[in-house]
Amino acid sequence: MSLLSSAISITRYRVNGKVEDPISDAVYLGLRKNMLPDIDDIESAHSAGWTSFQDPFTPSFEGSSFVYGNYFVFSLRIDKKTIPAKLVQKYMAIEIAKKCQATGREFLSRNEKKMIKESVISILGLRIPATPNIYNVVWNYEASQVWFFSHLKGPNEELETLFKTSFGLVLTRIFPFTFAESCPGMSGFDLDLLTPLSPTKILR
Amino acid sequence: MLDIATAYKRYSFLGHEFLTWLWYLIETDGHRLGQVDPPAIVLILGKRIVLENPRENHAEKITIKGEYANFEAGILPLRQGSLVTELSLEAKSAEMTWEFNLKGESLSISAMKMSTTGPIESLDDVEGALLEKIYLLETILQFIDSLFERFIKMRVSNDWEDKVVPQIRAWIIKNEERPNL
Repeated sequence: MSLLSSAISITRYRVNGKVEDPISDAVYLGLRKNMLPDIDDIESAHSAGWTSFQDPFTPSFEGSSFVYGNYFVFSLRIDKKTIPAKLVQKYMAIEIAKKCQATGREFLSRNEKKMIKESVISILGLRIPATPNIYNVVWNYEASQVWFFSHLKGPNEELETLFKTSFGLVLTRIFPFTFAESCPGMSGFDLDLLTPLSPTKILR
Repeated sequence: MLDIATAYKRYSFLGHEFLTWLWYLIETDGHRLGQVDPPAIVLILGKRIVLENPRENHAEKITIKGEYANFEAGILPLRQGSLVTELSLEAKSAEMTWEFNLKGESLSISAMKMSTTGPIESLDDVEGALLEKIYLLETILQFIDSLFERFIKMRVSNDWEDKVVPQIRAWIIKNEERPNL
């Protein structure tokens, strides 16, 4: 989902720690380190990596293209090849028929069918292009916050993993408890009272 | 120290209590929400309220939808022990408007629509539109954060049980008794 869409969804994170100075260089290197690899010409079914906000289909971070005012803005792109099951079935049937004809047998063993299936998936994997999904990321470095424009579990998990491997920083998702924990207005005494809280029964 | 997944589940009730309190506040505080007068941002109920009864073994979920969610329809589930789990809200300031859904357990925002940024006609317009959108988002997120901060500080104090909960309880009972118009 794009930050510039008419309706957006946001998951917020707290960034634990800071990168080394100079900050822009460290962010650039982190983005470069896990820039999206192209999987169109290989049989890999899934790839994830950073790409630029303005031109997500040609990943590049040259010329500080990820710096917008006080923010770092880039995208997480997840490419996935989805091979329709019916297509696999069709090519399996063709290959099984060919093999039966070549060997003069009526049936193939389970293992032979399994090997044919793997080979069909591998060949189709090379021929089918990956479908890209793009999710924008806004990093407010000063506030130690990241906004991720999706609520989907898979992309959020991918973001958390990739952020750590790229920048060496752990993201903590913001929800009521983690918000309260990091709230500047909460004293140590308040935090001691937070942990044992239990639900209120407003009407008994 | 609690791991994240446990903390998320264990304290999701805080988000539900926050939204229930927020609804009470919107209805009783004349949309001022404790801000200076005139308020910088006015908050009103949107078109959807989701309530859940946490005391049931299998949580009972009630969704009220419509052009400005029916206030009375939500009171009865509250009377029966439900709390608000999702709230659709509209916020307005002198120059900006926002519409969004706020989910209690995650404090996450979805379907956010904001005052339109200028049209993007060239690549140079993208940066301006982007920064404007970030500014709009930051404004409303800071406002929501300030409300949650106010709630959580009150929630850990004695004021919650001694003052706020009796006030919410009285509001529910009073409105349940109110004849439907």
